[in-house]
Amino acid sequence: MKPSDIKMPPPRGLSNSDRLQPGKPFWFWLWLGWFVFLLPAEVGAQQDVPPIRMGITPAIIHDQYELLTKWRLYLEEKLGRPVEFVSRDSYRETIDLLKRNKLDFAWVSSFPYVYLEHNRRVRLLVTPVYQGRPYYRAYLIVPASDLDTRSFLQLKGKVFAYADFYSFTGYVIPRYQLQQAGEDSAHFFRKTFFTSGHRKVIEAVGHGLADGGMVDGFVWDALSNIRKDITDQTRIVSKTQEFGFPPIVAQVSVDKDKYAAMQRVLLEMENDLEGAKLLKQLQLDRFGPPAPERYREVHKMMQAVGDL
Amino acid sequence: MPFLDLSFRHKIPLWGGLLIIITAFAVSASLVSEAYDELQEDLLLDAETLGQSLTANLFPAMLHDDTWRTFEIIRASIDYVKADNTNAVKLKTILVVDNALRVVASAHPKMAPILTDIRQLSPEYADLADWLAKTTGAETREIILPNSKHIYFATPVSQEGLHLGTLIMVYPEDVFWPRFAHILWHGLLAGAFVLAILLPLNWYWGQRLAIPLVQLTERMGEMGKKWPERLNYKAYGHNDELGRLFEAYNQMLQERKTKEALEMQIVQSERLAAVGQLAAGIAHEINNPLSGMLTAIDTLKCHSEVNPQTLKTITLIERGLGQIKETVGALLVEAKLKSRDLVPQDIEDVLTLITPMASKKALHVSWHNSLNEGIPLPATFVRQIMINLLLNAVQAADRQGEVAFEIGVTDKQLQLSVTNSGKMLSAEQITHLFEPFSPLSEGGARPGFVGHLSNRASIRRTHRR
Repeated sequence: MKPSDIKMPPPRGLSNSDRLQPGKPFWFWLWLGWFVFLLPAEVGAQQDVPPIRMGITPAIIHDQYELLTKWRLYLEEKLGRPVEFVSRDSYRETIDLLKRNKLDFAWVSSFPYVYLEHNRRVRLLVTPVYQGRPYYRAYLIVPASDLDTRSFLQLKGKVFAYADFYSFTGYVIPRYQLQQAGEDSAHFFRKTFFTSGHRKVIEAVGHGLADGGMVDGFVWDALSNIRKDITDQTRIVSKTQEFGFPPIVAQVSVDKDKYAAMQRVLLEMENDLEGAKLLKQLQLDRFGPPAPERYREVHKMMQAVGDL
Repeated sequence: MPFLDLSFRHKIPLWGGLLIIITAFAVSASLVSEAYDELQEDLLLDAETLGQSLTANLFPAMLHDDTWRTFEIIRASIDYVKADNTNAVKLKTILVVDNALRVVASAHPKMAPILTDIRQLSPEYADLADWLAKTTGAETREIILPNSKHIYFATPVSQEGLHLGTLIMVYPEDVFWPRFAHILWHGLLAGAFVLAILLPLNWYWGQRLAIPLVQLTERMGEMGKKWPERLNYKAYGHNDELGRLFEAYNQMLQERKTKEALEMQIVQSERLAAVGQLAAGIAHEINNPLSGMLTAIDTLKCHSEVNPQTLKTITLIERGLGQIKETVGALLVEAKLKSRDLVPQDIEDVLTLITPMASKKALHVSWHNSLNEGIPLPATFVRQIMINLLLNAVQAADRQGEVAFEIGVTDKQLQLSVTNSGKMLSAEQITHLFEPFSPLSEGGARPGFVGHLSNRASIRRTHRR
């Protein structure tokens, strides 16, 4: 809210009859002018606190606008300052914003975190805990009507949907697996395309636009809870090993107090009623403390496919 | 034809109703036909608008080989149409093909997988591919393939001379039907509403026009069998041709009734004249022996000594014969009527005469004679009337019934009353009451009564002369 938007109540004790009228003593007008001059500055001082800008990516179901609004208001209340969510459909845009210091925090996939952390652009803030563990898996999915596909390699010559150029589960893992199998990812599929999101990969596979796709297991599970009709159009062929859950990171320039405040609020969400309710809607157990070692495997695989 | 032979009561409303229905159907059919043409034009317009809108967004997506974006664009159109609950024309599917006619994206990828040559989708798509290969242009084209159940619209995806492919929109052949059915349904409802108003009105006016005609026809049909009733003006109440026809009918009916009454009077007069001539002839024949009998009685009274009882009887016979003479004399038109005045003894004579007959039927005779002195009325006529009335009453009364007689003078008028128990006269009998030799006498019901009344009528007429 801009200072000019603030509606000032009339000064206490000043009735309509006390307003500018001939016959008032000079000291009265002097006092009133001074009061009016100082009051906007006082209010503006509170409003001039820059908002915390937090990036939201398709690492979660980022089009749950009502839930995200509730979460933002919750964070504003706990932090005592404005919070802005900056939602982008592609990781590339969020990475750029973090690089250009336009975001304080961001909930990103493992790939952007490792990539940005490798370039000393971010620090790990918290890791979400899902189904009791701070890990997630990638799911290989095919259309529900495809009952033949049993392995990833059976999709050779088919149409494959990638989530994002900077997605770990949606882009790195498929290429890594093909590399491990001795296949060339550039020619293994008949055609590939990007959808800019795990949910859209699920939809592309469900509609039959793609013959297969690799998606964030957390997104698939979460979507199956709120839009089962979409996930029912797909079939999970296989699940990968566990990887560190897409974390919330802090831009390196975020000062310690802001970092600590945000980390504290997130870690304590599970302890209050409203926070626990939001976590349940986000389909998470809680936020856990940072542990960079959980992402070593991600780092290794990105290096293997040449993304790092 | 049986229908044409129907009564106007049914034929006029039916004809009117038929014409209204035919008119309503003709107007509805015209409107529906026009609506169908407009639907066809709307479809082309919708397809052109949608095609231009979609291709504007598809061009950059195809240019960047963004398969998902291409899919999202066309899928959104299908989802919107599917979610639209109105009767807008429904797209069946949308395809985007490249210049080699391979599927870039399809709203239903399972039906048309990407990268598939559309010739391989179905023979119909093969025909479509041939058609697309032959034609060029930047506008949306409507394609109707023979024996196809679909209508195709093809819009090139191109900008500034760069042609990336073609957008193909597929509509079912019966695309108009939901909207057309909607229009048709509304048309039918409106038509039914109009018919619901017009048909009862037509029926009402038809009946209003036909019923007077039917009444007129019925009345005319009754003519000759019996006198029909007059037509009620209120049944129609207008001064048009039908109203004037009513008036003419009533006037004609009145004139015919008057004419017939006149004819009946003439016939009756002629009949009475004939009867009079006959009666005059008979009277002459009776007069001769009667005069002899009266002379003999007079001689007997003058030259014989008879006891009082016999004398009374002879006197009674003499008065009776005198009455016969006067009656016969009355029948002679040219005879002058002479009679003595009525005296109370005449009344008692009548009682003496009818008592034996009344006794035979065990009748109770109530007799009240209030005459104390003679009155200047012809005794013969009055006695004749009394005897006839009383004899008729005795004959008509039931056995052990009652006959009442009363006579007196009130306001210088002689009034007498004869009543008896028994059946009343019928309307037909009353009609012929004053006719001599009427069929009533043949039935033997009350010949004397009839004769009496006939005489009374004759007497009255005589006095009027």
